[in-house]
Amino acid sequence: MSGRRLLEQEKYLAPALLVPVVAYVVLLVGFPFVMAFVYSVSNVTVGNPDFKLVGMRNFVEVVQDRTFQISLMNTCIFTFVSIVLVLILSNFLADLLMRDFKGKWLVRFLIMLPWTAPIALGAIGFLWFLDSVFSPLDWLLRSWGLLGKPDALFGPASNLYWLGRPGLAMASVIVVHVWRLLPLGTMIRIAGMNAIPREIIEAAQIDGAGYFRRLFHILLPLLLPVMSVTVLFSTLFTFTDMTVVWVLTKGGPPPHSTQVLASLAFLKGIQSGDLAQASAIALFFFPVLAGVAAIVLRFAKKAVVT
Amino acid sequence: MAKVELIGVKRHFEGVKAVDGIDLQIADGEFLALLGPSGSGKTTLMRLVAGLEPLTKGTIVIDGRSVNDLPPRERGIAMVFQSYALYPHKTVFGNISFPLFVEGMPREDIRKKVEWAAGLLGIGHLLDRMPSQCSGGERQRVAIARALVRRPKVLLMDEPLSNLDAKVRHTAREELKLFQREINVTTIYVTHDQAEALGLGDRIAVMHEGHIRQIGAPDDIYHEPANTFVAGFVGIPPMNFLERDDALLGFRPETFLPSELVPGRDPMKFRFQIERVENLGSYRLVYGTIGSEKVIANLTLHHPIQEGRAYDFSVPLRDVKYFDKKTGERIKR
Repeated sequence: MSGRRLLEQEKYLAPALLVPVVAYVVLLVGFPFVMAFVYSVSNVTVGNPDFKLVGMRNFVEVVQDRTFQISLMNTCIFTFVSIVLVLILSNFLADLLMRDFKGKWLVRFLIMLPWTAPIALGAIGFLWFLDSVFSPLDWLLRSWGLLGKPDALFGPASNLYWLGRPGLAMASVIVVHVWRLLPLGTMIRIAGMNAIPREIIEAAQIDGAGYFRRLFHILLPLLLPVMSVTVLFSTLFTFTDMTVVWVLTKGGPPPHSTQVLASLAFLKGIQSGDLAQASAIALFFFPVLAGVAAIVLRFAKKAVVT
Repeated sequence: MAKVELIGVKRHFEGVKAVDGIDLQIADGEFLALLGPSGSGKTTLMRLVAGLEPLTKGTIVIDGRSVNDLPPRERGIAMVFQSYALYPHKTVFGNISFPLFVEGMPREDIRKKVEWAAGLLGIGHLLDRMPSQCSGGERQRVAIARALVRRPKVLLMDEPLSNLDAKVRHTAREELKLFQREINVTTIYVTHDQAEALGLGDRIAVMHEGHIRQIGAPDDIYHEPANTFVAGFVGIPPMNFLERDDALLGFRPETFLPSELVPGRDPMKFRFQIERVENLGSYRLVYGTIGSEKVIANLTLHHPIQEGRAYDFSVPLRDVKYFDKKTGERIKR
């Protein structure tokens, strides 16, 4: 039987089509995952051929480490604030984009831009934007008299040092991250809106509900399943992401004002060579994220109506 | 309850003249059926009255006041949508009470009003259910109850029966009429189903391409069509047309009978070549030709008729209508 004939049979075609994805999952997801497990219960470091299993020691050490605790806290703040902001802002953006107005394509293009541009590139752009000396934001504030004068609103110093002060640095990191996640949230929200029959919204309009009544009593309850998808993806992207933090602050300003778990794992494992502890930190994500995913998916299922 | 008046109402968008100059007066408590094929502008016209579409031109007056610049909620209207548009996450009670809740009515009063509306429609036992647990007919009642609970001045209904199956639709139609008479609310009812329009409407406005082609009582629409469009659109099967010299001559299939059955002195006589007979239970549709023109007869009597043969058929003179060949408008003779 020729090769073409073989592929026309489902029992050969199906496995043939599955091979690439199975190979991908096994080699690029499964194998590193298993290795991380193994490393996390060992004493392995970069450049040291010694390999001993040490049980839970890495986990115990990591959890007791003050840096880890700070990073965990930072990760939670970073994730929570980002998601709340994404949910609120994507709501307004989706509303805006569902209307007809002149120049809509331009607005849509600008909103989608962060999603299409490589994140490292975008983050570097922001790095310049928030530069400690040449920040155009500072320049604007100065020209408006809000900065750099004895009684100015943002203080007498000539610069705000966006990435150099703990609170501001965290805020900057969050803003850039929200800028990056917003397109996804907006698209999900628009898709959700399109799934709601227009007649239901019109019925609410005729029933006398104004914008906020419609939003809170009709739209949001119907959008819950879709919004939980946003929450799930944002949590996954935020909890595991280190690009924005790494490009902007490298976890600083010192000691670890914006250090998150992902950047800490990178710092320990790749930069300091302690693969074992880094694996333990990275694996800390696993139960947390699995839990979040389970809760959100169950919630989404329950909230599905009609 | 209120009078509704439309003056020169137009709605054009993207080059489409969906509603193209409509003048219409609906009396207090009247049931007006807007009848027309899809794309005739009837739904757009209703949405203009509701305030869900912006007017291109003209004025809409409800209860003596121009509502052109009022949002839907301030127009004193209520609407029953084709899909019912119930809120799927609210119970039946939550759905019916929503318009009152939005008004900020005290909880006790809301309960009373909801019970009144639910009682009126016989859905008092459904109040705790979700819409997804209700049948099509029940959902339709919930939608009507939600529309009525605020005591609107004008009730708008957009094909409310079209999602029901044929049997339920029949009883629902009957109830709808009884119940509209009982509360006597000015009603605009959009439908493409002529049986609904003829059965329900005090008056019918037949729409086509954004214009009203005729407005009148069901009897007038059916028996005295103003033009060939109305004559051809209303009636199943539609009116027969024959070209005679300078005019079109039209007659209803049920007035076209074997000559021996036609009373009166001088009916119009034709030689009817029968091609096919369709037996539909209580009546038979007889397809055939007069000369080269296709004609249908509707026979309710058990008169012997055979396919492939020719018979003498007649139409009483008073049942023959004349139309202008070019414009399609009725000519009185």
